[in-house]
Amino acid sequence: MRFPVPLAAEILAARSAGRLSRLARAGGGTTVPGKLLWKLDPDAVDRLAARLPLGSALVSATNGKTTTAAMAAEILRPRLRLAHNRSGANLVSGVASTLLEARRAELGLFEVDEAALPEVAARVRPRAVCLGNLFRDQLDRYGELEHVAQRWRGAVQELDPAATLVVNGDDPQIGDLVRDRPDAFVFGVDDPRHARPSLQHAADSKYCVRCGTPYEYAAPYVGHLGDYRCPRCGHGRPPLSARALDIRVRGLESVSFRLELPEGLRDVQLRLPGLYNVYNALAAASLARALGATLDEIVEGLERFSAAFGRFERIAVGERRLLMLLIKNPAGANEVVRTIVDGGAARPAVIALNDGIADGRDVSWIWDVDFEPLIPGLQTLVATGDRAAELALRFKYAGLDPAAIEVVPGLERALDRGLQLTEPGAELVVLPTYTAMLALRQIVAERGFVRPYWESSAESAPHFSRVGSDRSLRSGDEVERLHK
Amino acid sequence: MKVRVGHLYPDYLNIYADRGNIAVLVRRAEWRGHELEVRALSVGDGVRSGEHDLLYVGGGQDREQALVALDLAAKADGIIAAVDSGVAVLAVCGGYQLLGRSYRNVDGMELPGIGVFPLETVAGERRMIGDVLLECELEPGVRRTLAGFENHAGRTRLDVSAEPLGRVVAGFGNDGESGYEGCRVGRAIGTYLHGPLLPRNPWFADWILAQALAHATGGEPPALAPLPDELEAEAHSVSAKRAETRGGRF
Repeated sequence: MRFPVPLAAEILAARSAGRLSRLARAGGGTTVPGKLLWKLDPDAVDRLAARLPLGSALVSATNGKTTTAAMAAEILRPRLRLAHNRSGANLVSGVASTLLEARRAELGLFEVDEAALPEVAARVRPRAVCLGNLFRDQLDRYGELEHVAQRWRGAVQELDPAATLVVNGDDPQIGDLVRDRPDAFVFGVDDPRHARPSLQHAADSKYCVRCGTPYEYAAPYVGHLGDYRCPRCGHGRPPLSARALDIRVRGLESVSFRLELPEGLRDVQLRLPGLYNVYNALAAASLARALGATLDEIVEGLERFSAAFGRFERIAVGERRLLMLLIKNPAGANEVVRTIVDGGAARPAVIALNDGIADGRDVSWIWDVDFEPLIPGLQTLVATGDRAAELALRFKYAGLDPAAIEVVPGLERALDRGLQLTEPGAELVVLPTYTAMLALRQIVAERGFVRPYWESSAESAPHFSRVGSDRSLRSGDEVERLHK
Repeated sequence: MKVRVGHLYPDYLNIYADRGNIAVLVRRAEWRGHELEVRALSVGDGVRSGEHDLLYVGGGQDREQALVALDLAAKADGIIAAVDSGVAVLAVCGGYQLLGRSYRNVDGMELPGIGVFPLETVAGERRMIGDVLLECELEPGVRRTLAGFENHAGRTRLDVSAEPLGRVVAGFGNDGESGYEGCRVGRAIGTYLHGPLLPRNPWFADWILAQALAHATGGEPPALAPLPDELEAEAHSVSAKRAETRGGRF
């Protein structure tokens, strides 16, 4: 195949930039080539995507997009060579970087930032789009939820009519997209035993998207996700094409469920905990099916899958283990708290609150998280990060004895203090926001306990997806531009 | 002493962690031997004068604001009578806008306000987002700072005779131009500052609490016993520095 000379030259320049940046250890240089290419020629992304023989699929959601895309990749990998932004470089530049690096890929599989979805969809022209959920998240960056939902509706209307739309019917905003695309594939959870007794404080879309009346929930599962119906106009959860039934949660170890797809019913045992990962698995199964995976491939892929970058990681540190779970918004953090408490609570815990662009500069969200269930089992809270004091206040006013709160702003010292408080053989729960997670991973990497993320992203598919994440390195201008 | 709090629309207007403000008031009252009794006042509930010492209303997105605006109009007489009788009010962001005379949102929809505060708000194109620091003088000669975060499309314009909550040291404030933020009418305070506002500004939490206690006792605002506020002071100082280094401006 021949390409216009300018594109080839741009690619060469951009790839060199990536290597130089990695050599300079500037955070892995993961989005640097894409940023350069995107600056040189924004339309190059369109042309690179058009070269993929099997086209592209996009995954977006407030919570779980990295895990969902990684699960779908695990399902599809035995059959296809993928271009996959596996560790979260999910703006246009991240997609560009992935396309640059993936020289022999057949299919593009991209997680996409919620605000970037319209532009990425317009450029990449995907054959399948999977939309998982919309929760309040970084209001300083994304603006109001309604605004994101409206832009998604626009993006869906612009999709190729032949493209497959996969949606989470349990989210009222997303389920309502079916109105415009009656052929959409809808997934949801059906196991009222796991319903919450009532809607959580941080539930967002709890008023009918059509008439504003409060929904009645037969079963709320995660935030406002569940089986809802408007008592006034009747807008309710659409009929499900794929369901998770008979869910069994096994603390911090795993969760199993019965997966129902049009092709049949199968038991799935995930190596990840939490009801929220059942949603991710359902989304991944539905998307992989749309891309041609068989039921066997889906089940095998889901059961092989262990963890997505930084979302849920166990790291052995000498005689102790770190259990690191990313927190970034109320709905996601609530599920992390629920999972930890189901798994027997945290004795000492390190919670790291940063307030960079990628974390959200507005830290008010921590007051919407239901941290309270952690408090009875918590012996010591090590509060750390740039906004450690604010986090400490969250727990002080929740009723944790101030004597049990230690404020240690430096991440490395906080980690050491947490380890010191942890018995040999035991596990230290660490809950960082995004940039704190990157920094903590770097600290344990420098001590030799885990490889730097750009290496670990490359380990299973060196030729196709050596693209790390770096939302902390996102250029401010790209973020600004997307969120207007 | 029991302090009766009416929390307006906690199910609709809660976008910026308003429950953090309530938690701070509850604890700081409790630590001084007072009891805060918080009752929700939502759609359909009446507000009768004499039933509350403090009214709190939080922030919401345009959609939620529109959903409660009509109901709020039905509560207007009760709320205004309460304010006239010296009930303390804290209104944040969306609640601040609705307690003015009117709010025109981004879609051009005109929502009626109830006129507790002498001001009008019109949404502009660009949102005003960022850390913010104010200097306030709620008691003559006593200057103190408030640190918070703002995120609003609304440009709020106060009547010439109105008293703002504070002077903007860093950040946008009411409209990004006037150099002032918030509004005060006696014991009623409206502001765009969340964060939430009270955990990192304990002096202000105590000021509100003292106003509510004054209404409850029918006397003057009491002096409240000092509390160990080292964490609060640290959180305030970090937030204030953020405003100074990255507060919003046009």
